[in-house]
Amino acid sequence: MTDGRFGAFGGRYVPEALIPALEQLDEARSKAMLDPGFLGELDRLHRTYTGRPSIVTEVPRFAEHCGGARVVLKREDLNHTGSHKINNVLAQALLTQRMGKSRVIAETGAGQHGVATATAAALLGLDCRVYMGRVDTERQALNVARMRMLGAEVVPVSTGSATLKDAINEALRDWVTNVGTTHYLLGTVTGPHPFPEMVRDFHRIIGVEARGQILDLAGRLPDAVIACVGGGSNAMGIFHRFIDDEGVRLVGVEAGGEGIASGRHAARFASSSPGVLHGTFSYLMQDDDGQTIESHSISAGLDYPSVGPEHSYLRDSGRAEYRYATDEQAMRAFELLCRTEGIIPAIESAHALAGAMEVGSELGPESLLLVNLSGRGDKDVHTAARWFGLLDDAAADGGGDA
Amino acid sequence: MTQTVGAEAVIARCRAENRAALVAYLPVGFPDLKTSVRAMEILVEAGADIIEVGVPYSDPLMDGPVIQRAVALALERGSRVADVFTATEAVRAAGAPPLVMLYWNLVLRAGVDRFADRLVASGGGGLITPDLIPDEAAEWIAASDRTGLDRVFLVAPSSTTERLQRVTRACRGFVYAASTMGVTGARSSVGSAARDLVERTRAVTDLPVCVGLGVSTGEQAAEVGSFADGVIVGSALVAALTDREPEEGLAALRTLTEELAQGVRTGR
Repeated sequence: MTDGRFGAFGGRYVPEALIPALEQLDEARSKAMLDPGFLGELDRLHRTYTGRPSIVTEVPRFAEHCGGARVVLKREDLNHTGSHKINNVLAQALLTQRMGKSRVIAETGAGQHGVATATAAALLGLDCRVYMGRVDTERQALNVARMRMLGAEVVPVSTGSATLKDAINEALRDWVTNVGTTHYLLGTVTGPHPFPEMVRDFHRIIGVEARGQILDLAGRLPDAVIACVGGGSNAMGIFHRFIDDEGVRLVGVEAGGEGIASGRHAARFASSSPGVLHGTFSYLMQDDDGQTIESHSISAGLDYPSVGPEHSYLRDSGRAEYRYATDEQAMRAFELLCRTEGIIPAIESAHALAGAMEVGSELGPESLLLVNLSGRGDKDVHTAARWFGLLDDAAADGGGDA
Repeated sequence: MTQTVGAEAVIARCRAENRAALVAYLPVGFPDLKTSVRAMEILVEAGADIIEVGVPYSDPLMDGPVIQRAVALALERGSRVADVFTATEAVRAAGAPPLVMLYWNLVLRAGVDRFADRLVASGGGGLITPDLIPDEAAEWIAASDRTGLDRVFLVAPSSTTERLQRVTRACRGFVYAASTMGVTGARSSVGSAARDLVERTRAVTDLPVCVGLGVSTGEQAAEVGSFADGVIVGSALVAALTDREPEEGLAALRTLTEELAQGVRTGR
């Protein structure tokens, strides 16, 4: 068994051809994390490019719908490019340079990771190709245009379910072919070691900042930290600093899609058992033969049949708990945050908000909740407008973002 | 059941004939179970020495477009993992050792020991595991030691000497050398990387080294057969069965296999 295990989960289930690249990456990131030059450059980019630290915002009008709990949002939506994804991307792009590679490839679901990667590639002068499921290119057309504007090549993937998992398959095929010149800038806390650990470490700043900010604001630690979980990078980012704070509940919210009974969801922990996909051993939606079952969610960023291995470990060890929000519940929370606070969240993040509504009701008015608002909803305006019937018929049929 | 002959013995017999072995891949269930099994028998009749029996998987990340399409179609038509045992029985009866090529989650889901036992019972010779490295294979190494099944891991042009040592030490039967960096599929030339890799692999092991990825013609089979112990052909054979009526596809498959078998017999 290799390094990079979280209990039984994780590992390196990849073709031998990729092992040297994974070892090179592991060595480069281990050195970089101890190198003041690297850390200083990353810190400079965080402050002067991304806009870190991201603020926290208390949302009392929204909190009225959360059993009266105090609710504080960590505003990763205010980062440059509109989500937490930029934290990991800038760090990996700097690593790409340090490894002497000139090209990055990435997968993207909602487009947020693809946009962030295209942005970092433009900033650092790297060639960039982004793989995106064809279904996602259609529901996130605005982000496709953004990536192309930034100089990236966007390749729609039509195989399989034509969503995130298939984009990852295609990115892995590209990587194994071009591994000498190319870094696979994986966007979440899954994949073969060292990706889950490395991507978590690059997002850890979210929880480090938020912990200090909420202590300043409320004078105490939160009762629960709540985040949505697709692959799980924003959740690992905000959870990690709180793992040793035993009194703080860590709550991950998966995509319940049309409900567990419908089979059309991405609630891995509610329905599945461990298996291997995309290089890692973790909870996986699979049939009796071990074939991957397609996931479903209104949110492209949560529409993934597996989950980062560290989440599986946190779940089985009992340190974190996982629940799900259906499309319906997430969209209700989405609308509420818009109407009560003037903040349009990403639909992914709206799942965390829906979770906060439940957890707040359970914990009551004395409780303090920290919610990771991982992204903003500009990219989702078309989906949301269709959901709420805000478009006239012609625009609703158009498919693209106006 | 008759005494089974392993892949290594077959390759040794080919070596005694001063030629490389022809290792032929086809997936079970493409275009349908019955035709796929018949196709594997034809491979044996037409001169293939070892059959690599593929199992369709939903996320075949080491495979190029030809095999992706074939296995997706097989799955759409209801192909099940257990169908592989029908194929291994038929291939064994036809007189060649069947090695099963599959992605690791399918074995994990079945249970490693249970899968190994069923494979032995159905005449299977072992497993080729494209997404399992020896470092992660403790359970499979134990199961294959217990049952005597071959275990074929892959080496690649990017493999360091240290990796070559580690991987070949874990192999039994032969070593699968991926000729180029990339996924399965026909290539116009197999390139010098394959020759280098075979040489580097031979420097660390006495096991036979078979070369796969990219071989599609008799000429390429002859070229690769001149320096490797075995020539592995996959996508080109799958392509012969693609977009054709079954009988027509099987005829094309027989012709191509005969050409490849001729290739490995003229390479040296």
